[in-house]
Amino acid sequence: MNRVMLSALFSHWWRNPMQLFTLLAGLALGTALWSGVQAINAEARASYDTAAATLGSGRYAQITARQGSISKLDYVALRRAGWDVSPVIEGRLGPVRIVGIDPLTAPAGIGPVPLGEGFDLTAFFGTGQVFAQAETLARLPKTGVPGIVAPDVAPNTAITDIGVAQRLLGRAGQIDRLLVGPEPSLTRRPLGEVAPGLVQSPPQAGNDVARLTDSFHLNLTAFGLLSFAVGLFIVHGAIGLAFEQRRPVVRTLRALGAPLGRLIVLMATELLVLALVAGAFGVALGYGVAAALLPDVAATLRGLYGADVAGQLGFRAEWWLSGMGMALAGTAVAAAGALRSLARMPLLAGVQTRALGMAWRGVGLGRLSVGLLALAGALAVWGQGLVAGFAMLGALLIGGALALPGLLAVVLRWAGSRARGPVAQWFWADTQAQLPGRSLALMALLLAMAANVGVSTMVSSFRLTFTGFLDQRLASELYVNADDAPQARMIRTIAEAQGAVVLPILSVDHELAGMPAEIYGARDHATYRDNWRFLRSVPGAWDALARGEGVLVNEQLFRRAGLDLGAAVPVAQGVTLPVLGVYGDYGNPVGQVVVNAAVFARTFPDVVALRFGLRVDPADVAALRAALRLGATVADTAMVDQAAIKALSLAVFERTFTITTALNVLTLAVAGFAILMSLLTLAVMRLPQLAPVWALGLTRGWLAGLDLARAVVLAALTGALALPLGLALAWALLAVVNVEAFGWRLPMYVFPLDYLRLAVFALLAAGIAAAWPAWQLSRLQPVRLLGVFRHER
Amino acid sequence: MLLHVQNVTKTYPGTETSVLRGVSFDMGAGEMLALTGESGSGKSTLLHLMGGLDSADHGVVAVDGTDLTPLGDAGRAAFRRGRVGVIFQQFNLIPSLTVEGNIAFQARLALQHDPERAQRLAQRLGLTDHLHKYPEQLSGGQQQRVAIARTLAPHPRLVLADEPTGNLDEATADTVFALLCELVAETGAGLVLVTHSERLASRMGRRLHLRAGQLTDQPIGALT
Repeated sequence: MNRVMLSALFSHWWRNPMQLFTLLAGLALGTALWSGVQAINAEARASYDTAAATLGSGRYAQITARQGSISKLDYVALRRAGWDVSPVIEGRLGPVRIVGIDPLTAPAGIGPVPLGEGFDLTAFFGTGQVFAQAETLARLPKTGVPGIVAPDVAPNTAITDIGVAQRLLGRAGQIDRLLVGPEPSLTRRPLGEVAPGLVQSPPQAGNDVARLTDSFHLNLTAFGLLSFAVGLFIVHGAIGLAFEQRRPVVRTLRALGAPLGRLIVLMATELLVLALVAGAFGVALGYGVAAALLPDVAATLRGLYGADVAGQLGFRAEWWLSGMGMALAGTAVAAAGALRSLARMPLLAGVQTRALGMAWRGVGLGRLSVGLLALAGALAVWGQGLVAGFAMLGALLIGGALALPGLLAVVLRWAGSRARGPVAQWFWADTQAQLPGRSLALMALLLAMAANVGVSTMVSSFRLTFTGFLDQRLASELYVNADDAPQARMIRTIAEAQGAVVLPILSVDHELAGMPAEIYGARDHATYRDNWRFLRSVPGAWDALARGEGVLVNEQLFRRAGLDLGAAVPVAQGVTLPVLGVYGDYGNPVGQVVVNAAVFARTFPDVVALRFGLRVDPADVAALRAALRLGATVADTAMVDQAAIKALSLAVFERTFTITTALNVLTLAVAGFAILMSLLTLAVMRLPQLAPVWALGLTRGWLAGLDLARAVVLAALTGALALPLGLALAWALLAVVNVEAFGWRLPMYVFPLDYLRLAVFALLAAGIAAAWPAWQLSRLQPVRLLGVFRHER
Repeated sequence: MLLHVQNVTKTYPGTETSVLRGVSFDMGAGEMLALTGESGSGKSTLLHLMGGLDSADHGVVAVDGTDLTPLGDAGRAAFRRGRVGVIFQQFNLIPSLTVEGNIAFQARLALQHDPERAQRLAQRLGLTDHLHKYPEQLSGGQQQRVAIARTLAPHPRLVLADEPTGNLDEATADTVFALLCELVAETGAGLVLVTHSERLASRMGRRLHLRAGQLTDQPIGALT
């Protein structure tokens, strides 16, 4: 019996191969969208893990010098005082990052390969060896040191003995940082006593590379969530339509005595097989998309945060499994509803030609949508934490998508009531009647467009804010770093002689409210007053700061420490000052406090300014650079002009846009394909509705034109609803998720021209998707339409 | 002469056997003609050619002086809008429009909508209480009445009915058929009725019988 039933079920696919294709393509595309984004995330995270594992960054406490590098004498003194420390030096040799370590003192697990596993200690210390991935070794300039391929070393990084590294980098005897072993000795003397010029930072301090890149990954994760929703709707639509098409076959089989239970099991098994096949294709497709995008992702992360991510994609089990899981879970969710509907289908009911009509009609959907939107609102007001932020995002998106059919029906009904001509009246009425069959594809389009609006708004707001932030923070025309105090004095003298205003940049690391923080001393100058913008401030904040009566804090510290204006901040032992204002400090993971330069000098008398911002006429920058180079022997690399930094930052953002644009186009294209699939599937089912209108005097070309117009009108209406949803999504990402994740809120800007361009793209996608079915309709043989009247379909 | 059919042949693409082979006949204005024959004899195909729904491979199909054979898609569509009305066995109403919208649809397409006439037709066909309903809310008999009203609303010169009562019970079929004949007679239009029913065919003024795509003088059953 199974074979007979299966052959009847399969015969539908043999007769309608296009429907089988649309089902498989829907499943594959939904999976591809999800797994592509996951692959990029997984690969990037894996790169950080490798980096963290090889460099120990973040895992161990570290000791660094307040100024310059650590001397060998301090290192030896610490070892003798009972400190389990290991020296590290870092630098760039051409495009490659060189890391020098001492394998004998390094904590376990640090290094290219574990000791004892083919690690030739003699060769490592003797002539020297450089461990790196094969691609990194190929990029490494000629050093004369033998290269050893080590796949576990972080991308674009080479590990070698610290002595070799010092020689290659031209920094003999210098140490950048000391890794502190995990088990402190009870007898060791305090750090301040042994080496007062050194400071210790705890594990997972602000320099953790993964933490810096988390905001980027949060964006990608949010996009992954959106793509999951789009994919789920596409899968749901593909399966729903496939079941709808086979209702007559199922009805006939049941009428002939096929047991309902066995029929459902067979169809579920059939779907499982199709989901596995389509899922495998989808994962492969997602892999292709991710591989194509990853070089840009790697470049962006490197540019934004200095994090090295492999530009090539590895085939990782976790995202492969998540992709297949998405295909199977999406299929199961979609099939559950469709199978339930089939099980409840009356045996003798008339032919249901309105695809999915039963599944998506009624007040249930509207109630669910209202409930989800209310939940999103409640979470926005009362929710706490990142999970609540993402739950709000999900409720907002799904609630918005489910509201779409109802809202479209209202608009179409209104348009129909305003229409005057018979064709226009039929057009609106028929469009409304088709909504159930097109709902899922339109929901996918809605989510794709909302994702576009949301992510574009977020990224553009980020760029605008960051550009403004650069104007604020990089107001000086030239920034100069001095090697030591005598050079710093010469820089001041020469700059002032050239008519420049010198703004010393003084800072110390500190701990405030249990988090790492930096304390800056700022001279009272128009540069700060004119360019810095407060998020909140007391009246006359700058004047009060100039008088040394308070501090300015960054948003991160303000939020995490639960401060308020006027709250007391302990700047140092015995120095506590009230908060005068809060400023945006985007991307900085640590807290920041700004005090008046005089207060700073009193509180931290040992700290000498080695960095300066120089205010000078932009036309005189070149002359000033030349004077500093000649008069104070300042290297070109120690002088950075503001225009160059801004250009570099904007170039980095352009790469960020490359990725988001690619993902946006991909999502929109997939949504367009979902529309095409739904139209192709509905084309055959729509003949009974079209044939009478054709018989009454409308040509096939006219009907095709109306179908094309219908697709564009529905896309336009969907786009109009996607705009507020996308803006709400952007708000949720900027004002809720970002704050929960990083402690600072990005201001939101709107970009009407971008939305207009997106609307044009969406209409084009819908038009292109509808063009083929419309063309087919215009070329349809009259005999096919006449078949409707002959009752031969 | 209202209808002139001369030496018409028709073969569907992908098939070798002709559905119609040299069919010729004429029909005057106001005449009522029954077209009978076995399934597959070509009745519906001939009706479709007369209604401008399809085109003949050879021969002439002329309605009210207009030769349909050389007309293209747009020309035949214009012809269907105003000159001819077709009633189908499956009613084929537009499901997304109300009864009122369905009745007025073709007349409005032909720019011949007369609300009073539509109202009168609805009244005669007993549809006044159902004007704001949708086709799926009506019985088969009611749906066919709507189809008749829709067909007659634009004053067609020729009414073509393809098994119009084939889906109705005998009592309803008789009522609907009587109304159809009565209303067509009032408009002075010609009526071609495709039917398997000997009883209905016998009530028409004239009868043509098709067998294997060719007209015969008498149905086989009638000769025996």
